[in-house]
Amino acid sequence: MTRLVLSSLLLCACASAPKPAPTPVEPAPAPVVRAPPGPPPLPRAPAVAPLALPPSQWPVEKQALHALNRLAYGPSPSDMDDVRELGVATWMALQLHPELVRDDALTPKLERFQTLRMSTPELEAAFPPLQQVAKREGLDMKDPDARRELQERLGKQEMPREVVVELIQQKLIRAVDGKRQLEEVLSDFWFNHFNVSADKGACKWMLTSFERDALRPHLFGTFRELLGAVAHHPAMLFYLDNWASTREDLDLTRVMRPGRLPKQFAKNGKLGLNENYARELLELHTLGVNGGYTQQDVREVARAFTGWSIDRPQLNGLFIYRDLAHDKGEKRVLGQVFPPGGDERDGEAVLDMLSAHPATARFIASKLCKKFVSDDPPGALVAHVAEVFQQTGGDLRAVYTALFTAPEFWADAAYEAKVKTPLELAMSAVRAVGGTTDGDIRLAQRIGAMGQPLYRAQPPTGFPEVAEPWVNAGALVARINFGLAVAAGRMPGVTIDHRRVGGRPIRDVDAAIDLAAHELLHEPVAPVTRETIRATLGGRAEDALPDGERRPVELPVVAGLLLGSPQFQKQ
Amino acid sequence: MTTRRAFMKSSGLALVSFGFAPGFVQRAAAAAPGKGKRVLVVVFQRGGADGLSMVPPYGDPDYAPQRPSLALPAPGSQDGVLKLDDTFGLHPALAPLEPLYAAGTLAVLHAVGSPKPTRSHFDAQDFMEAGTPGLRGNEGWLNRVLASEPKAQASTFRAVALEPTLPRSLLGNAPAVAMNSLGDFRLQAGARVNLAMKGFEDMYASAVDEAMRSTGAETFEALRAATDGQLASRPPENGAEYPKSPLGKRMQDIARLIHADVGLEIATTDCGGWDTHIGQGAAQGQLAQRLKDFADSLAAFAKDLGPKLADVCVVTMTEFGRTVHENGNRGTDHGTASVMLAFGGGIRGKRVKAQWKGLSKAALFEERDLAVGTDYREVLAELVEHHLGVRDPIFPDFKPTPMKLLFASSG
Repeated sequence: MTRLVLSSLLLCACASAPKPAPTPVEPAPAPVVRAPPGPPPLPRAPAVAPLALPPSQWPVEKQALHALNRLAYGPSPSDMDDVRELGVATWMALQLHPELVRDDALTPKLERFQTLRMSTPELEAAFPPLQQVAKREGLDMKDPDARRELQERLGKQEMPREVVVELIQQKLIRAVDGKRQLEEVLSDFWFNHFNVSADKGACKWMLTSFERDALRPHLFGTFRELLGAVAHHPAMLFYLDNWASTREDLDLTRVMRPGRLPKQFAKNGKLGLNENYARELLELHTLGVNGGYTQQDVREVARAFTGWSIDRPQLNGLFIYRDLAHDKGEKRVLGQVFPPGGDERDGEAVLDMLSAHPATARFIASKLCKKFVSDDPPGALVAHVAEVFQQTGGDLRAVYTALFTAPEFWADAAYEAKVKTPLELAMSAVRAVGGTTDGDIRLAQRIGAMGQPLYRAQPPTGFPEVAEPWVNAGALVARINFGLAVAAGRMPGVTIDHRRVGGRPIRDVDAAIDLAAHELLHEPVAPVTRETIRATLGGRAEDALPDGERRPVELPVVAGLLLGSPQFQKQ
Repeated sequence: MTTRRAFMKSSGLALVSFGFAPGFVQRAAAAAPGKGKRVLVVVFQRGGADGLSMVPPYGDPDYAPQRPSLALPAPGSQDGVLKLDDTFGLHPALAPLEPLYAAGTLAVLHAVGSPKPTRSHFDAQDFMEAGTPGLRGNEGWLNRVLASEPKAQASTFRAVALEPTLPRSLLGNAPAVAMNSLGDFRLQAGARVNLAMKGFEDMYASAVDEAMRSTGAETFEALRAATDGQLASRPPENGAEYPKSPLGKRMQDIARLIHADVGLEIATTDCGGWDTHIGQGAAQGQLAQRLKDFADSLAAFAKDLGPKLADVCVVTMTEFGRTVHENGNRGTDHGTASVMLAFGGGIRGKRVKAQWKGLSKAALFEERDLAVGTDYREVLAELVEHHLGVRDPIFPDFKPTPMKLLFASSG
């Protein structure tokens, strides 16, 4: 099929009368390909060796589709071109080395989001809590008039929520328009693994740094580096309360001079152990719920992390180790003895131990296989990936490579085996029609309505990695409506490239369905889908106009049905 | 796909074969033969609602001294509580519920909570909604209620969550529908909506994926019923006026499903904003605003249902209460026991049931929280058995004691 871009036809078909347009074989005079002018986004002679993929019976197009469904947010016209041009194995190898992938178009789009470049203390200073501003200006926040006045004066752009709004916007833009797709997929995966929520107090100022400083630099490093960066990060320390956890017998009124004692501790300075982080570290971050630890281990781990805290969460928000709060006693974690008199290094030693533990290798391997292969991945694959994790000391790039080159990754059982999450569904729909996004917050709201409010998963388990919770009646209706809105050009924040206008109206229903299926699904439609679309078009498409000419097919209807189809819910 | 779908298959719920299900209403009517159309509505207050403000123990001598800026005055004084008995009163913002109490329809349960308390929102909600204190269960207590009586021809609307995803309490093998609102529960396909609906229905009916196929069947049947019955636009009855808040809209949607007689047995919804660490307020303020919305929504629901409330029980719950002492920010921190409210058919109300150990320092849990006097599962188990007529044990490793908390003749 000619490289004919469906999105152009969508726009064209929306118009009441078809405009004369160049034929698909002769592209419109305006540049058809992706902006901006300059060097091609991918080097022609890539500096990496292609991945050693297992032999496959699948046609190349199917391999490309599978790779884009797993390592990217679905195929976009431009990424599909890249995969075709480079070959599946080389494109995948490059995705594992995002530093070699040029992403020039993204930089200007992210430029306007100042918060992305600010530290947590800078964000807290620039977007202070309303309470704090009121105090500074001597306003009484209990007075509704004063409160309203303050809110109006600050304006939407200066409210703390703006920090999270920009974080959401960059995520959507990178997912739709970025060329380093695997980095985005992994950034989302690991954020979800180490979930923190913008809805928990001071976390909203810390998530920007959490994703940028704790996660992104380590996505292709070792698991230990990633785990350590997360463990030190104030977002995690705040979210799971470790910042307030201290040795059991600590009484601030005894150890601090009255003048230095925070007001809330003036009467009662007693603090103590908080197990929240310790438990989730074992259960969710490393060993897994059946990883063989006991309640006593949870307490001992919590003791080891006492003193890992935050220097004034709403004013500074940086990591601080408070030796005063640290439990100096002997600890025994998973049978290993930590001698008395320890310090910050107790926590480090626990992280060393956990990241080298075979249960961690199995748990992480299992989660990655669920993410990238299927909800119920083959046991042999999990074992293989876990073994590579162990052998390489948790070298994540080696682990991903083992996963992507395994025959099970390319098995028929893995093809379109995953139900897309709402984020994946939305991003893949926009990419399928060749759309771009400015990250309009309404796009995120639609994803939230499908059940995935971005950066706001309340429980530490994050969003589900498997299908069950995503597949319910209300969510399905929201998904179908999203597809219809994108196809009809009604989705705020999503733009279809107008330079692509130039397609020719199609008057033959089957040709229109074939084209749409090729462009959106990259595979033929099932016969029942074809019949369904024909029926839905209701014969009108083939109505003769007064001059005897056939009416052009309403491509948005075709595209809307395809984007809402069960096939498009899977990847 | 997991067990939820396997259940649908095995229960003979072959919705696909019904095609466009013209007999929807008849089937729904047949779904609950002989038992009346009993409905249980569960409202979850997420964030840990302060039971000591909802139903202040104004008569307890240790109440006011521990809450210098939060305590509410005794009945009769300005901003005073609404007297329930000599110990307890209602927060003035809950005034819309007072007539239900006075009429004997609403019961108050105080010092209720989990026997294995945790101050983590996540754990506390999880444990509470699974009905397994201290244990992470995979299925919810309400799903066990559904599964205890599998119905071959259950209505699509047998269990509905007015929330964007199914709450933990409804997760499990038995089917349940989640939706943000009845209004959003429609295809936005403009003039072609009927053709599009049929198109999507056909595609999902032949989907390869079992979960897509069965959820599709549930979805389109429910969509058609919601559209045919014009459920989303049904006006309230008896002059009820709901607040325009999320909770008000959701309660109104639940009432619509009940009025439309679509076979609803269990409905859930939730509301947030109860985590009042800072500036909680007393008779006015942050918490009072939440309580007003809460009470207005529930009272409108009761009024809207009118005589139908005889077949409906509403129960409210929260994952934990809050500290007895107010903190340094005129708020309260995570505590332990709180309040549940229950009203509706058959409930013997106009009473505050509480194993009240008092608020003296010695009586507090860990010297800071209202101690649990009543296991929340006692309340739920009684509702399930007495109101829904389910005899199977719903809470693993738990034997309810016949305490007659809600119903005169239960136990």
